[in-house]
Amino acid sequence: MNSSVIIFPGSNCDRDMDVALKKFGFKNKMVWHDDDKLPKSDLIVLPGGFSYGDYLRCGSIAGKSKIIQSVIDFANSGGLVLGICNGFQILTETGLLKGVLQQNKNIEFICKNVFVKINNSENKFFENIDKDVLELHIAHNEGNYFCSEGELKSLEDNNQIAAYYCGSDGKVDDKSNPNGATKNIAGIFNEKKNILGMMPHPERMIDQSLSGEDGSIFFENLLRNLK
Amino acid sequence: MKIKVIVTLKSGVLDPQGKAIQQTLNGMGFVNVKDVRQGKYFDIDINESDEQKAKQSAEEICKKLLANQVIEDFKII
Repeated sequence: MNSSVIIFPGSNCDRDMDVALKKFGFKNKMVWHDDDKLPKSDLIVLPGGFSYGDYLRCGSIAGKSKIIQSVIDFANSGGLVLGICNGFQILTETGLLKGVLQQNKNIEFICKNVFVKINNSENKFFENIDKDVLELHIAHNEGNYFCSEGELKSLEDNNQIAAYYCGSDGKVDDKSNPNGATKNIAGIFNEKKNILGMMPHPERMIDQSLSGEDGSIFFENLLRNLK
Repeated sequence: MKIKVIVTLKSGVLDPQGKAIQQTLNGMGFVNVKDVRQGKYFDIDINESDEQKAKQSAEEICKKLLANQVIEDFKII
């Protein structure tokens, strides 16, 4: 399976993602934001980081970069797109995903492990996943998911909420909400479920020497689903 | 032609920075400060002598880049 990771000025999880994808068997290519064509890919990843220094709004400048039109075309033709953290912010800024990631409610940069409950596994990202509660890492200042009430209703009605922040037991409550996100939302899909944006970083949990290996479950499963 | 744009959070959208500023002001003794909303201000120089056309461009600029209309409003002044 071929994957491509887009690098923007200020991306800083692009290499982690490259390592993770290759570890689980993807043939990955790195693509510079100023290119206008994507290599042949089964998966496009917008990595985490601080593209363009988070100027104006997180992800807003990257959302207008040269490569983005190819990403939008790829996504609209049904291609699989994954946006992690800043990648999620970029996806909302391009309009491929609904809503916006606002500043964390407590005005703090949050860097810690959290648990997320997978809400919908009828898609390539989570189908047949072994666990429905994963321990993943978050590191962000703007992860507080917000959308209008109408948009929230349509996300819920179309089963577009990918994952919720939860406790280790999978219970979704205020206590397990790290950043004030509406309804504990950690990640969402587009309507067709071929685009996933989420704040947690699976690529940071792929080795025993890191703080956990639940990210491995995500990548192994994703590759299995794509084969 | 110089255009000024102000982008603010829509009413009802949480503004944690504004809230922190308000609480700090209260703590400094400005007890009459009830609420603070923080926004962004842009000075834009548009190569256009017709005010109407410049404002039209500015409006498009705001909609396409400067404001995220999910949570923000803009004013051209």
